[in-house]
Amino acid sequence: MSKAVSALGGVSHKGFVDVAEAGQRGMITVRGDLGSAAMKKAVKAAVGTAVPAPRRIELAGEKGAAWMSPDELLILVPYAEAVATVEVLERALGKEHHLVADVSDARAVFRIKGAKAREVLMKLCPVDFETLAEGEIRRTRAAQVAAAFWKSAPEEYTLVSFRSVAGYVMALLEVSARAGSELNLG
Amino acid sequence: MLTLECPYCGVKADETELAPGGEAHLKRHGPGSTDEEFDGYLFARKNPKGVHFERWRHAYGCGKWFLAARCTATLEVFGTYPAQSTKPPVDLQARIKLKRPGWEGYK
Amino acid sequence: MSTRLQNGGRLIDRAKPLSFTFNGKPVQGYEGDTLASALLGQNRMMVGRSFKYHRPRGLVASGAEEPNGLVGLGEGARFEPNQRLTTTELFGGAVTQSQNHWPSLEFDVGAINDRLARFLPAGFYYKTFMYPRAAWKHVFEPIIRRSAGLGKVPQGRDADRYEYAYAFADLVIVGGGIAGLCAALAAGRQGKRVWLIEQTAHWGGRAVVDGAEIDGKDAETWVRETLQALEGMENVTLRTRTMASGLYDHGYLLAYERVADHTPGDGRPRHRLWRLRAGQVVTATGAIERTLSFAGNDIPGVMLASAVRDYVVNWAVSPGDRTVIVTNNDDAYRTALALLDAGLIVPAVIDARPEARGELPGAVRARGVRVLEGHGVARVKGGKRVTGVSTCIQAGEGAELETIACDAVAMSGGWSPVVHLWSHCGGKLIWDEGGAMFRPDPSRPATGADGAAMVTAIGAANGVLDAAGVLADAHKAAGGKGKAPQATAKPETPVLPVWIMPQGAGPALRAKMWLDPQNDVKVSDVQLAAREGYESVEHTKRYTTLGMATDQGKISNINGLAVLSDALHRPIPETGTTTFRPPYTPISLGAIAGEARGEVFQPLRKTPMHDWHAANGAHWEPVGLWRRVYCYRRPGEGTHDAVNREIRQVRNSVGLLDASTLGKILVSGPDAGRFLDMLYTNMMSTLKIGKCRYGLMCSENGFLSDDGVVVRLNEDTWLCHTTTGGAERIHGWMEDWLQCEWWDWKVYTANVTEQYAQVAIAGPNARKLLEKLGGMDLSKETLAFMEWREGTLGGCRARVHRISFSGELSFEVAVPASEGRAFWEALMAAGEEFAVAPYGTEAMHIMRAEKGFIMIGDETDGTVIPQDLNLEWAISRKKDDYLGKRAQQRSYMASPDRWKLVGLETLDGSVIPDGAYVVADGVNANGQRNVQGRVTSTYYSPTLNKGIAMGLVKHGPDRMGEVVEFPVGDGKVVKARIVDQVFYDKQGEKQNV
Repeated sequence: MSKAVSALGGVSHKGFVDVAEAGQRGMITVRGDLGSAAMKKAVKAAVGTAVPAPRRIELAGEKGAAWMSPDELLILVPYAEAVATVEVLERALGKEHHLVADVSDARAVFRIKGAKAREVLMKLCPVDFETLAEGEIRRTRAAQVAAAFWKSAPEEYTLVSFRSVAGYVMALLEVSARAGSELNLG
Repeated sequence: MLTLECPYCGVKADETELAPGGEAHLKRHGPGSTDEEFDGYLFARKNPKGVHFERWRHAYGCGKWFLAARCTATLEVFGTYPAQSTKPPVDLQARIKLKRPGWEGYK
Repeated sequence: MSTRLQNGGRLIDRAKPLSFTFNGKPVQGYEGDTLASALLGQNRMMVGRSFKYHRPRGLVASGAEEPNGLVGLGEGARFEPNQRLTTTELFGGAVTQSQNHWPSLEFDVGAINDRLARFLPAGFYYKTFMYPRAAWKHVFEPIIRRSAGLGKVPQGRDADRYEYAYAFADLVIVGGGIAGLCAALAAGRQGKRVWLIEQTAHWGGRAVVDGAEIDGKDAETWVRETLQALEGMENVTLRTRTMASGLYDHGYLLAYERVADHTPGDGRPRHRLWRLRAGQVVTATGAIERTLSFAGNDIPGVMLASAVRDYVVNWAVSPGDRTVIVTNNDDAYRTALALLDAGLIVPAVIDARPEARGELPGAVRARGVRVLEGHGVARVKGGKRVTGVSTCIQAGEGAELETIACDAVAMSGGWSPVVHLWSHCGGKLIWDEGGAMFRPDPSRPATGADGAAMVTAIGAANGVLDAAGVLADAHKAAGGKGKAPQATAKPETPVLPVWIMPQGAGPALRAKMWLDPQNDVKVSDVQLAAREGYESVEHTKRYTTLGMATDQGKISNINGLAVLSDALHRPIPETGTTTFRPPYTPISLGAIAGEARGEVFQPLRKTPMHDWHAANGAHWEPVGLWRRVYCYRRPGEGTHDAVNREIRQVRNSVGLLDASTLGKILVSGPDAGRFLDMLYTNMMSTLKIGKCRYGLMCSENGFLSDDGVVVRLNEDTWLCHTTTGGAERIHGWMEDWLQCEWWDWKVYTANVTEQYAQVAIAGPNARKLLEKLGGMDLSKETLAFMEWREGTLGGCRARVHRISFSGELSFEVAVPASEGRAFWEALMAAGEEFAVAPYGTEAMHIMRAEKGFIMIGDETDGTVIPQDLNLEWAISRKKDDYLGKRAQQRSYMASPDRWKLVGLETLDGSVIPDGAYVVADGVNANGQRNVQGRVTSTYYSPTLNKGIAMGLVKHGPDRMGEVVEFPVGDGKVVKARIVDQVFYDKQGEKQNV
């Protein structure tokens, strides 16, 4: 739908790493019994991955599933497929007690790219990056707002926040990535 | 600035990622309760110097409420456990007793 | 005079001269200088005036403990007061101004206070500015305000930027002297994640100045080699210019990195506040030399012996040609040797100890220097600069024996371990009789999350003052394998505690012995406090201001409490120390704020239509973290006029409100109905699919907490609307009950507030406008009042609710947030023929008040129950329980005397001021007029062309027609009649068409 726009229209900045709003992404909140056979089937049908283990994100190309809490997943799909994916999930979960909600429009997605990408996040999030495992999604705060991020490429992190604070998050990333403010941690 | 491990997701959360929720293991009294019962539920709170059980929410993380056993004087954390507990786990109580022999125990 | 020596200076680069100004005059220095060393190198000893007596003040120290050398640094947007000369690295073009004097540093009118010192004793303010009371406002306060404050307040915005950074380590070692380096090496080799931080720009601490030998190498070489080894370890992070400001719970340590103080304007953040989480903390923070209390010890030219040594060795600056040493220990003799090595004169060493027979005194004697054993300083001579000292017997009362001409005095009263970090989080101290110092008590450390010690003090910070002992201590504490590095240095004989000099000094001398030179606290002041009954060291501190200056008494606190102990005739450990609180040295407010300024000061939540509003005259109002539009001002239009126009627009045609901020929470599951019946006072389980119902939520206290429209989406799922400010709170409240109380109920919730842009389309032409967009049948027959339907409107996926907060025909339409802006613009375009206009929150508020609808936060304030607001119709009587029900049965809540909601209509049509009270006869126990009610909402209604209000009035609903009085100040009274709260369209005909 051409009328649909992301919160910031894909704005980007260059600093000691590049930071950019990554545009729209289909996101679906699924709550239910993560250990059930129906959930396994539903996630497989929706994005083709296994149900992620605690704190893990399973990615398969443009799609994926992230563990958000013991009874909640975040399903990732291309924006245009969100509505259809909701139906796939609803069908697969059937009569099982669950909640599926399209939250694609409630979020903003950012990419932080560069050799020192994690230094930008180190300024904003009280997270020990050395203990962050490969394939881990970390829910935390970025300065004063809720955020979740994962390492999406060897030198890239993807960060998700609420849509209403997208401008705040972008400004945080821009100021934290400004040239000259490298943490020089080697 | 405390660090508490969320028993649901295993994150060693910074206090700034958590929201406090006061005393744990309160018993709700609704309609039909006496004035004394209701007063105790709504207003009376323990304020010990020492072992205390309290509620925390991993607000900036998995969103789950959990319970923590903590020494209010030294800030030692004896353990954290799920909110779906009507009283502190037995092994946790034993651990506290070992560390605080003078503790009168959970009542 | 003080001067730059021809040779030496391990920290300066003579090939790189730099110039700066001090009070407008040019000063030359070198790269590697501090502002202090550069000033001293140009014979600038006097650098400021003291706070109270405006006495001349010179440099005393060479580091963070300096009490006097404070200046205003920089200009314009980079000006900052109270910058410490001794810890500020020189950079070219620096502009410095001395403080606390007028008109000039050399001639200061305020110095008259010094003459009046006799009349300005400890507690002067408390004793003097008492009576008469009326004098406070017009006499005392203006005087105190003018003389209060150190330095000038910066004007304008700070040009620099600041930031936080979070880091984690197994071990954080604070202090980059040989102790810290040795510990880092040992811990680094074990593979631990180690941070080693040093507050200055240089590694090595005192040992490199004092000339110890380590493992057969000079200390300088050992430090260099150790650093190289550490730099090669990936698990070790090294940071200079980084000061450990404070240690807090669970190993949380704030470290203040001065990234660009020495390179201002280079684009880097000026300061960075590291928020370190340490498994263990090792304090290798060294020790600070104490002053000696003798008469005239505050005259410029009297310095700490270690500082004199630092200036000579590090920066090739001699504080004076002739320097007399005054000491109670061996260490000060190192200063004599350093001065002699530099070719300067040491006329005498005055040693308070009856005997000074150690190796160090021996070495000084061997160079032909007189050592006066058992002697003290009777008096320092000079005004703005030392000219000599007169000697006396330490055991006597101060009879002057001889006068020794000199231009500097190097004093040493022994050393105090830097125990601040050790103490911040509860580590205790013990009094070390032999060392005459408080040092960390290893049996009572600060403990961490696991209940075990989280701090270890090593080296001088642990009271170990000799290099060999320091290294052994550090190596052991870090769990080092094998042998510790071996240091050799001359052995020292014990220190003699000397708290005043001479021991029997009379009142005249004691009144000239400074403890705190910045705040002008003298030995006599502390003794006076003791005589006046002050026993606690904490009280004495506040009464005398001892140690309350910007240096926090680093060189003088121990002397002060020793004097207090003596005056109270009790041992020093019984007096104890004052509390050590962060920060160790002052840190900038910028660093504390971090990145949070300007645009990122706090999150600003924006709806999808925010930018449209901004481009169309939005006058904003903050609601929580949201910005909502208060009204849209047209060119030349005032706020009030805009609001009135918007209301008329809605009442007469159609208007649009951005309602996206309203909370939207999905509640789903087999037990969702049962759950909502507990949460709301109404019955929600019986709500039919396709219908909406207004609901109230209360706290367990019974007080009204939130309200909103609940929508039944399907068999298992409800959508709960909350107030704008309530979305996160109510979602958290729901999760709290589901997780912690009714965890066996099958209910899931999701906060979908931001998934939707929501627009209220209100007014007689609302339906016509939406029909123009097309896609859904919105006729009265298909979509009745309090119903909802899903469909497509103007090409957007839409959920349309027929609900009204304005009393007009009204639809609230939710579309995906991404399409919100397009949907809004489509409405604006389609509405052109109706002259559609957006309206803001104020118009919304007034229209709901015209209809008598309550507003959370206006009619409620956390003490109001639904029954007070005549909302019984929204409280189910069929339910055994709901949150708040039990509380509403309490006698006070059920009392018929509670204030209840009514409408209020002024007799003269005026608007009752916000917050006005209804008065009753008589006065209360405090002599205040009795009250019987208050206004909760009050507006000018453009619809009715008069003032309308709602308020809570005692027995209000039973008093319809009665006139009550609102005093509104200046003796004026507004009279209003109690009326029904619904002012407009009582039958609801307008909304139901």
